[in-house]
Amino acid sequence: MSDSEDVLATAAAWRAAGEAVALATVVETWGSSPRPAGSRLAVSASGRLAGSVSGGCIEGAVADAAKQTMASGTPQLLDFGISDERAWEVGLACGGKLKVFVEKLS
Amino acid sequence: MTPETLAALEAAKAAKRPVALLTRLSDGTQHLWPEAEVPAPLAEAAAKALADDAAANLTLDGEAWFIHPHNPPLRLIVVGAVHIAQALVPMAQAAGYAVTVVDPRRAWATAERFPGITLIHEWTDDAVAALAPDARSAVVTLTHDPKLDDPALDAALTSDCFYIGALGSRRTHAKRVARLTEAGHSAEAIARIHAPVGLNIEAVTAPEIALSILAEVVATRRGAALARRPALAA
Repeated sequence: MSDSEDVLATAAAWRAAGEAVALATVVETWGSSPRPAGSRLAVSASGRLAGSVSGGCIEGAVADAAKQTMASGTPQLLDFGISDERAWEVGLACGGKLKVFVEKLS
Repeated sequence: MTPETLAALEAAKAAKRPVALLTRLSDGTQHLWPEAEVPAPLAEAAAKALADDAAANLTLDGEAWFIHPHNPPLRLIVVGAVHIAQALVPMAQAAGYAVTVVDPRRAWATAERFPGITLIHEWTDDAVAALAPDARSAVVTLTHDPKLDDPALDAALTSDCFYIGALGSRRTHAKRVARLTEAGHSAEAIARIHAPVGLNIEAVTAPEIALSILAEVVATRRGAALARRPALAA
């Protein structure tokens, strides 16, 4: 899991430099999710991204949620457990399902 | 995540200490195990997640928890500071392995050839024994010289490392098997050695051979069918 730890170090560096940062972590997957549980995406207030929670399909939606959590301080549990036909709307074309936990780095 | 939790996670990483981050998904409350005292079911799930190196979910008193293991990196011990090693080391680092290169020949194991890599110049049996390969370690011998490879293999075979690979043709390996048998290793123990090293991708160049070796290490680690091959006739 060294890649997820590198994301944490990057997030810590952004935070130390004074930026607001949120962390998104895959906490559960079903089906053909490209990244396993524990995969992390860090998002900074200025829009910098490190790591990933999918093959790139849901990062945009997760980054939006991350900005909300940065502002509110309230964690969120995002559920991308959606049907295959709806998957196209957020770009989860693989048809996998996953839950992503989003928290602020305080 | 609080600054305290983040600092504790970073400290564990620096000390190469395995820890599990436990997060209550309803409100983001977090504990770091084993530092923090937690209810027994959480502690058991944390220990299991670290042993399996896989994240897990647990429901405790109606609350969903995420169990996130943070293990120190897997290790790769490369014996022989040769050309193939120069290609293998950065690939293995990119895959998340902590790499050490062992070669008593100081002309080969130089910082210029292996920038930023831990180099050990002791004789290979002492060096491998001192590194104490564990179940999260792989050992690859690349010197092609029995004087250097054999003592390293001897030490690796007495460890519980998850992968042992040895460079050399089938013919070279047959002679190696005879020597290791003579040295007292059982056929079962010797069968742990992957030789000729690497998945058979018809590799020719040093980087291609390095790729085949790293692919076999990963396949073994992940339990892929590709990592299993019939034992060679000695």
